This record gives sequence, structure tokens and C-alpha cells, in this order.
Amino acid sequence: MTILTHELKQNRISFWVWTASIAFMLLICMLMYPEIESGMKAVTNLFASMGSFTAAFGMDRLNFGEVMGFYGIECGNILSLGGGLFSALLGITALSKEEKDRTAEFLLSHPIRRSTVVLQKLGAVLVQVLMLNLIVMGASLAAFGMIGESPAVKEFLLLHGAYTVLQAEISCVCFGISAFLQGNGMGIGMGLTILLYFFNLIKNISDKADLLKYVTPFAYAEPADLISEALIDGRLMGLGILYSVICVGVGFVKYVKKDITA
Amino acid sequence: MKVIETQSLSKYYGRSRGIIDLNLSVEEGQIFGFIGPNGAGKSTTIRILLGLISPSSGQARIFGKSIAENKLSILSRIGYMPSEATFYRGMKVSEILKLSASLYHKDCQAEARRLCDLFEVDTKKKVETLSLGNRKKVSIICAFQHSPDLYILDEPTSGLDPFMQKAFFELLHERHRQGATFFLSSHVLSEIQRHCQNAAVIREGRLAACDSVERLSGTQARRVVLHGTATLPTLSGIKNPVWSKDSVSFLYQGDMKALLTALQKLPLTDLSISEAELEEIFMHFYEKEEK
Repeated sequence: MTILTHELKQNRISFWVWTASIAFMLLICMLMYPEIESGMKAVTNLFASMGSFTAAFGMDRLNFGEVMGFYGIECGNILSLGGGLFSALLGITALSKEEKDRTAEFLLSHPIRRSTVVLQKLGAVLVQVLMLNLIVMGASLAAFGMIGESPAVKEFLLLHGAYTVLQAEISCVCFGISAFLQGNGMGIGMGLTILLYFFNLIKNISDKADLLKYVTPFAYAEPADLISEALIDGRLMGLGILYSVICVGVGFVKYVKKDITA
Repeated sequence: MKVIETQSLSKYYGRSRGIIDLNLSVEEGQIFGFIGPNGAGKSTTIRILLGLISPSSGQARIFGKSIAENKLSILSRIGYMPSEATFYRGMKVSEILKLSASLYHKDCQAEARRLCDLFEVDTKKKVETLSLGNRKKVSIICAFQHSPDLYILDEPTSGLDPFMQKAFFELLHERHRQGATFFLSSHVLSEIQRHCQNAAVIREGRLAACDSVERLSGTQARRVVLHGTATLPTLSGIKNPVWSKDSVSFLYQGDMKALLTALQKLPLTDLSISEAELEEIFMHFYEKEEK
């Protein structure tokens, strides 16, 4: 567990900055809800009739004037995109930072298997993803309490469960890519997350782009589906988990044989 | 017993060469010097020995075992010091030493403290605030604190001040007396001459020479300086001539009588013949082959 704890320690500042920022934004959003709610009745119809913009963010199926609808749209975007970006950074830097910062030689000249390094680093990434989501969930519940509302339990758990899997998938895909990099991969990780996010928006707007749901994890973590139907598309999520396993597997094979020249 | 043995070891990075057909052999208890100019392939060889990179062809064995198959047990008996020590930002020296020790599954606190005192290292400092020399010292402690059987040291003294160099070599000889083996890469030739018993010279990825330091420096090569003339004697075995006004100096390797006979024909005013420095002998290994 030496590498795992070492990784968590190394990342602690970045972890707390991201977690606190996301939790804080969620909190602020939720605290604004009572004020918005009263004025919302008038504009809900407007929001629901902005054509493709409405569809893109799932506002055709969610009611902005209800607390879970508001939570799904506002908080969903903050957590899925914010958490997604953080997970991408975690994954993409996990293996490559050792070579970029020239610490790989120090680490790997010690008697430790490359496979152990890969598994413990992956473990550290997933622990952080999980911890971020648990903390954010706690902050959300606190926010619901502060505004005197209570979330629909099943929908709330589904939403957060789906986001956690989404972030884990992004981090695993980036982790796999990380094994092939020697330099800074942050651009790749963030670019990939934003691309997948937009794929979901496009998929929501156009029926012709429906196939994109098999590519982007944002499809199975779509608040409009999770909250309005209280169901998760297990097939899409299963596919996401399969992508994660494949990417980690490819990264594992690559890293175990990789020449460490820096 | 052979502690390090390589057979026809080659490494190519794509099309560019790392090392070609390298055969090395280091016996247990030796202090073995590994000399070569920058880019000759020293670090490539060391990285293969540590299993950081895999060879394109050939074999490398440490403690009689193949590295690819016994990496863990081999690495647990090696202390490695890289030429450029880089540590994790934000960590204190004490944390780095502890991390290294825990990766060896050893408690080396007492030895770490002794070595930190010896090299005057402040363990409370963050590694990124350390100067090159101080990082080098931390790297020495990382390599020595777990008392390994084999030390692989890549240019260990560059960046160290003379006092620390002295302390370092005292420590090295102390461990050597206890039975440890050393593989010391360097381009400071005097260092190799003073501390190593055997040495290999590597140039452009190939082994240029490998012998005892005594024999390498004790070849019959002599530095000859002639005064009163700027003419070289007509003789084979003359290398690296340097002319100045009214005098010439060169490295001579060959029959002494032939040299003396040749010198008699020259209008000399003065003459000196001295043993060549190891440095001079190695310089011609360093120079690229003339085409």
C-alpha cells in the first residue's frame, strides 16, 4: 500500500481544491433554489420551450421549478463536468507524471513490480473519485436540509451513483492513455472530457446522433433520464465499465513493458 | 562470483544506438569504473541493469540471475544513485528517505540518521528547495541507507564539493571493506584511477577497453617532451603530438630503444619522458575514430 498512500498524499491539495470547489458550487446553487423557485413558475415554460437548447440540457423532460429537476440540471452539470475534469486529470497524470517529473527512475529502481505500481496508482485514482463523490453527496444533503427540502432518495442515489461511475470511467480511460505518455497529458484528458460532454449534448439535440450514446458516459448519467424515469440504462453503463476495463488493461500491458528513459 | 555480467548486450532506440554488443563482467567485491564521454551509452547500460529498459538483444545478469526474471530480488540488493537525482515535489528529505526505505521493506532510520549527519543534510527541508549538491547527497543516502550488496552509482560526485567527495569516497571504501561491490560510472578519470581496481571504457556505445586500472594506465605509453626542436622523430607509435615554439610533446607507445635511436638524430637541448596519465590514455579512446 506504500504507493497508494504516497499517491493520495501527493494529490491531497489538488483533491481538496477540486472537492471543495465542486461542493461549494453545488451548495451555492442549491441555496439559490428557493429564490429561483418562486420566480421560476413563470419561466419554466420558457425554459422548456427553447428548442434544441432545452433538449441539450434535458430541460424538456425535467421540471426546473421542482427541486429534483433543478438539482438534476444545475448540480448535474456542475458535478458531471467538474468531477469529470478532475477524474480526467487524475487518470491522465497517474502514470505519466513519473516520467514528466523525472521521478520514474527513482521509483522504479526500487524493488517493486511495475504491475504493483499500476494497480496501486489505479487504486489511488478510484479512491479519490469515490471520496470526492461521497463528500459532494454529503454537501448536497446538507444543502437540501438548509433550504428545507428533501431529495427523492432513489433518484438522488441513482444520480450520484451514475456520476461516480461516469467519473471512474473517464479516469480509467485516461489512466490507460497515461501509460503511453511521457509528458504532460492534461490537455488530452480535459479535451477528451469536454468532447464526451458535447457528444451527449449533440445526442440530446439530434436523433441522428443517437449512436453517440454508445461512446459517451454522459449518456447513462443523463439527469433527465435518471430523475424523470428513476431508471438507469444498465446496458450503456455496462458498456462504460467494459471500456474502462479495456483501457486499464491496455495501459497495464504497455506500462509493464515500457522503457523508462527519463 | 560475477556480480554483473552482460553478454552481447545491445539497445537501440528506434534507429539510434544506445549500446552495441557490450560484454562486461564485474566480480564480487570489486570497485569497477565505467568510463565514457556523454552520450556514450553509460546510462543506457545502467538502465538495462536496473530493468528500467529492456535490451534489444543480448543478456544481462546480476548476482548470476537474469534481470528480466528476477527483478525484485535483484533490485532489493542494489543501491542506485542516478546522475540527476529528482524527487517528488513537496516532500521533505526525511519523507523521501522513509519512502525509499519502505519500498525496500526495511527500517533504516538509524543508518539514515548517521548518513545525514555525515553529509550534513537537513532532513526537514523540502526536496525542491535543495541545491544540486544537496539533492545529490540525499540520493547518496537513498542508495546507501539500506546497506545493499551492489552499488550502481551514476556520476556520483558531480555537483559535490571536495569535502563531500572525500566523505563520499570514505563511505564507499568503508562499504567496500564490508564486502560490497561497486559499479561506478564517471567521466572524472582521476577518480577512477584513485578508487577503482578495474575499469571499462565505453565509446559510441561500444566497449573500447576493459582491464585492470593498473594495466590500463600502466601500458607502456609515455609522455615525451622534446626541447630544442619542433620536429617529430620518424617513428610509429606516436600519438597526440602537440607543438609549441622550439618544442614538441607527444604520447609514445612502442619500443624504447627505437625511440632513443630516433631521438639521437634530433638536435635536442632537453628531454623528458614520463609515465602517461590515465587521462591521456583515455583521451584517445574518447576521440572519434578518424575516417
